[in-house]
Amino acid sequence: MWSTLLPILGQATLETLYMVFASLAIGALVGLPLGVLLATSGRGELFEAPVFQKTIGPIVNATRSVPFIILAVAIIPFTRFVVGTSIGTSAAIVPLTVAAIPFIARIIEGAVREVDGGLIEAAHAMGARPMQVVTKVLLPEALPAIIHGLTLTAVTLVGYSAMVGAVGAGGLGDLGIRYGYQRFRPDVMAAVVVTLIVVVQAVQMLGDHLARKADKRNI
Amino acid sequence: MIRLTDLHKTYPARRGSPEHVALRGIDLDIAAGEIVGVIGRSGAGKSTLIRCINLLEMPTSGRVIVDGTDVTTLAKRDLPLFRRQLGMVFQHFNLLSSRTVYDNIALPLELAGASKAEIAAAIDPLLPLVGLEDKRDRYPAELSGGQKQRVGIARALSSNPKVVLCDEVTSALDPETTRQILALLRDINKRLGLTMVVITHEMAVVKQLCDRVAVMDGGVIVEQGAVDGIFANPQHPTTQSLLADEFLDFKPGVPSRAASPASTSIGQEG
Repeated sequence: MWSTLLPILGQATLETLYMVFASLAIGALVGLPLGVLLATSGRGELFEAPVFQKTIGPIVNATRSVPFIILAVAIIPFTRFVVGTSIGTSAAIVPLTVAAIPFIARIIEGAVREVDGGLIEAAHAMGARPMQVVTKVLLPEALPAIIHGLTLTAVTLVGYSAMVGAVGAGGLGDLGIRYGYQRFRPDVMAAVVVTLIVVVQAVQMLGDHLARKADKRNI
Repeated sequence: MIRLTDLHKTYPARRGSPEHVALRGIDLDIAAGEIVGVIGRSGAGKSTLIRCINLLEMPTSGRVIVDGTDVTTLAKRDLPLFRRQLGMVFQHFNLLSSRTVYDNIALPLELAGASKAEIAAAIDPLLPLVGLEDKRDRYPAELSGGQKQRVGIARALSSNPKVVLCDEVTSALDPETTRQILALLRDINKRLGLTMVVITHEMAVVKQLCDRVAVMDGGVIVEQGAVDGIFANPQHPTTQSLLADEFLDFKPGVPSRAASPASTSIGQEG
């Protein structure tokens, strides 16, 4: 029995990892600049843009307040437009990314706001241009917090990716629901749960390790 | 080198805080190569004053002339270029925790687009000047307060500025380290012929470091002149009270309440 289960489990784990890291990567690509802008567009700040601040903030909050499973179903037309289908692992990346972007943006915003204002002032005094303040001071100083935040996002996305299993995405969640739940196979369900725990542990440990390496504040 | 003319700075009212007038007509001339102290109590406007020189704060009115140019007329996009001609040292050091000593000192040069070779050529003589040859690859978290401030000073010097602005640079340091840092600044001033503006609330700093001093209170300069003259014959009540604070610490023969237990215990150990 395990000889048939193991390949399926391995396949499902790879699908989950693919969904999580693809959506994390695309989410970070959009979420990072968005988060920096959210943190620096207030009055008297680096990229002063009160209108942006006032409009993007509520949009980010709105996206975050929609339960993920509803978001995944609600944006199916958009998913179909982007990927050409709404079923399968690649299609699942669309709702996962849409959910990841505001999540990451808020995390980056928080991390950047934590950077000591004295460092920003020092950078200005040295003649840093606004983009240089971001690339030379804000992001390097916020890096440990950013890594922690991306780790949190990855763990959350593992959970979300199991949910998109319910709408035909593949991965560990799909395996658990179709085999474990619908075919009454508690052994499969247990294997799925254990694998998810291992994946989350591994992601968390990797994230903690990278964050520690990046953090030079306690040597 | 620096001339401030009828400088005013008013912070407009914001939610929760009323309008605040920080500077009410400052006139100050600073000659090339001289160390000028600006002393005053908290809220006297001295922090605002020093930030008006490199335009971290934009004055509400008045002129800031640095090296012959009225810098208040510069376009916003030209400000970084202007600021690169001035170094600044801070009370809380403001070093990047993610960069080593060397990379912190290199930052102003990196911002100006200098090559790796140019950066190395500028920093290699600076490290021995501030006494940090052996700390080159350490992170700020591994340094003492005095060492951090030496990095701050080296960083302010790395872009080869004509003027160094010192904002309460010894206020976070103990008395012995303060003496060392002040001696270092004095030495640098002599060797490099730099102009320095020094903000402080301690007369001892003025006494050890400055050629001239301006005393501030309530956003105006109430008294200014050569340090020796001001110490010998203070005219304004603010100056007198700042000097009195200083003598309180050094009152001969009468140990202050805080000092007496310590001196007793030293006596017992001896």
